[in-house]
Amino acid sequence: MKANPKDVLTGIYYIDGDVASGYGALAAGCKFVAGYPITPSTEAFEAVCRRGPQVGAVFIQMEDELGSISAIVGAAWSGVKTMTITSGPGYSLMQECIGFGAMLETPFVLLNIQRGGPSTGVPTKTGQADIMQSRWGSHGDYELIALAPDSPQEMFDYTIKAFNLAEKYRCPVMIMSDECVGHMTEKVVIPEADGIEVEPRRLYTGPAEDYLPFKPEPDLVPKMAKAGDGLRLYITGLVHDERGYPVEDSAYKSKYVRRLVDKIRLNRNNIIELREEGTDDADVIVVSYGISSRVAVKGVEIAREKGIKVGTLRLVTVWPFPDDRMSELAKKARAFVVPEINYGQVVYDVARCAHGDANVVLVPHGGAGVHNPNDIADAIEMAVREEKKIEGLVEFKTRLQKSVFEGGFKLKE
Amino acid sequence: MEALRTDSKQEIHPMENLLRMDRMPHIWCPTCGIGIAVTAFTAALEKAKIDPNTVSIVSGIGCTGRVAGYVKLDSFHTTHGRPIAFATGIKVASPKTKVVVFSGDGDLIAIGGNHFIHAARRNIDMLVVCVNNFIYAMTGGQVAPTTPLAAYATTSPYGCVEPPFNIPYLADSSGAVYVARWTTLHVRRLTNSLTEALQKKGFAVVEAISPCGMYYSRINRLGDGLDMMRFYHDNVEIRHGEDTKNLDIGFQTKIICGKFVDRERPSYMERYNQWLSDVKTAGRRSGGQRGSRK
Repeated sequence: MKANPKDVLTGIYYIDGDVASGYGALAAGCKFVAGYPITPSTEAFEAVCRRGPQVGAVFIQMEDELGSISAIVGAAWSGVKTMTITSGPGYSLMQECIGFGAMLETPFVLLNIQRGGPSTGVPTKTGQADIMQSRWGSHGDYELIALAPDSPQEMFDYTIKAFNLAEKYRCPVMIMSDECVGHMTEKVVIPEADGIEVEPRRLYTGPAEDYLPFKPEPDLVPKMAKAGDGLRLYITGLVHDERGYPVEDSAYKSKYVRRLVDKIRLNRNNIIELREEGTDDADVIVVSYGISSRVAVKGVEIAREKGIKVGTLRLVTVWPFPDDRMSELAKKARAFVVPEINYGQVVYDVARCAHGDANVVLVPHGGAGVHNPNDIADAIEMAVREEKKIEGLVEFKTRLQKSVFEGGFKLKE
Repeated sequence: MEALRTDSKQEIHPMENLLRMDRMPHIWCPTCGIGIAVTAFTAALEKAKIDPNTVSIVSGIGCTGRVAGYVKLDSFHTTHGRPIAFATGIKVASPKTKVVVFSGDGDLIAIGGNHFIHAARRNIDMLVVCVNNFIYAMTGGQVAPTTPLAAYATTSPYGCVEPPFNIPYLADSSGAVYVARWTTLHVRRLTNSLTEALQKKGFAVVEAISPCGMYYSRINRLGDGLDMMRFYHDNVEIRHGEDTKNLDIGFQTKIICGKFVDRERPSYMERYNQWLSDVKTAGRRSGGQRGSRK
């Protein structure tokens, strides 16, 4: 299905990533946004509030993030596409309801403009330390999808994709952006509506008495319904059967929760999007996502000037994780170098997939800034020189780390 | 036993079209008042002549949180404290839906207290039925923000030291347009209030005081549910229009019931639609845009 021309603000803009994401949501047909102001995501919410009335989208500033995410789950069940927007502490507050949304198989999009943490952290500067939280943040077993755009143009494009994935797989989709991309101002091209593909809601159309809200289709995703259609839905966060009625027995729970997990895991090859360059004959592969992938470009350039064969793999979809591809590459390359703005999160999944076939080097960054590309280049050089296989993870010592505390922290005897 | 069940199946429950009979028996304890509040609600829905297909009922967590699951409407059993926020999403995204939040005092006034006051301030079109049993019953009788001073609970084993919320006063001062309180002994009056509240535009709150024969009355040695009902019979005073400031409930003190607030105030959707047509027709500029503001 093509986007509705009324929803698309076609044109060439010079805007930041936050605003681009807001416009992307409207283009995707989002009709309800609930949010709560929090730096550095506020501009995205403001953009929706300003442009919403022009395209018939409703917005409400709720009393807190708990309210925002609850409201969008409710609105999704009244039949519209919905999004909420947040950062740092707000993202933590939303975790319970993210699991609730996954349990109810509710399509919605959550834009998280990551900032420096933990706690209040550095609200105005960047971080990538929520990336594992987006995978495991809510209690219980569930799977969802997380995307990591790296430019304002991608913020527009991948916000639309996030909506499409949410509708297709009936699950929450996280846009795990960060302050740098959110506040980066670049040219953004918003195409004509007929150049934008949008996924409609998978609505049930059969007779009311036959409807089972949680009966899976062949791709494991059930058809959805909405309040007010006379279907008398019963939707609960308790483990439920196909009718939506609560069940407690362990056999059913394993079956139902397994499907929640498998509908993402088994469809992963249709979901995952990677950007690879020169990986097939590389000695070292730089694995990155979001803003770190843009900084890595320079690091890779420096290393290539020194004659090192470097490939790059960018995780556009961070979750589900590309296990198969990563294991395949581990057999060919000597090492993976993973720069991320945290003290090691996605790198553990890289190591899990490498399982000893390739060395794994983390280039950490404490946040409130981005990597020095020379660190990434040096880490690549270090990795390519290493002859032996090193078990576990190698942490590269960055210039920043050396200047701040040479030798690192040690426990006193 | 089997024969009995088969026989009873042939009789049709008067509220069968509004209850999920295939989910019976329900989980509520003998002498609990929640079932009475549900009966009053379903009766009110019929009296108010509202098409059940247009009604969404939203509950949170707790004993009363189970109500949505027994009522045959579009039912949503949400997370703890969030039914009003969830219902706000339904109402704002789909204004033709009639939204009812049916939950307990702990869910709405403690963990969900913020959403309660803000929904009242916005005057969102919704009916909130708050069943108040003075205690967290689902988890086994812990102290609540409605537990009267000095009353016992498992987490106030020496008596509650915190003064409770006066729910009608909270609703009134936050902006609700309809506020009433009844006990589950007052079935007819409760039904009438719910009928009125269902027809009201804006944020309507009906508090239904309910016996908890399993936890509240047992730990406080107040007898069983029937004794609690007798207590309501002897100690409730009906004072319509009473200033909500005067509605505090002490431990085994007089309980004032009645309809306290019934006023008009533009609802959220009325204001929103008015504002929207201003934006579209009068070309009202957004504050963020450059140029003079009209």
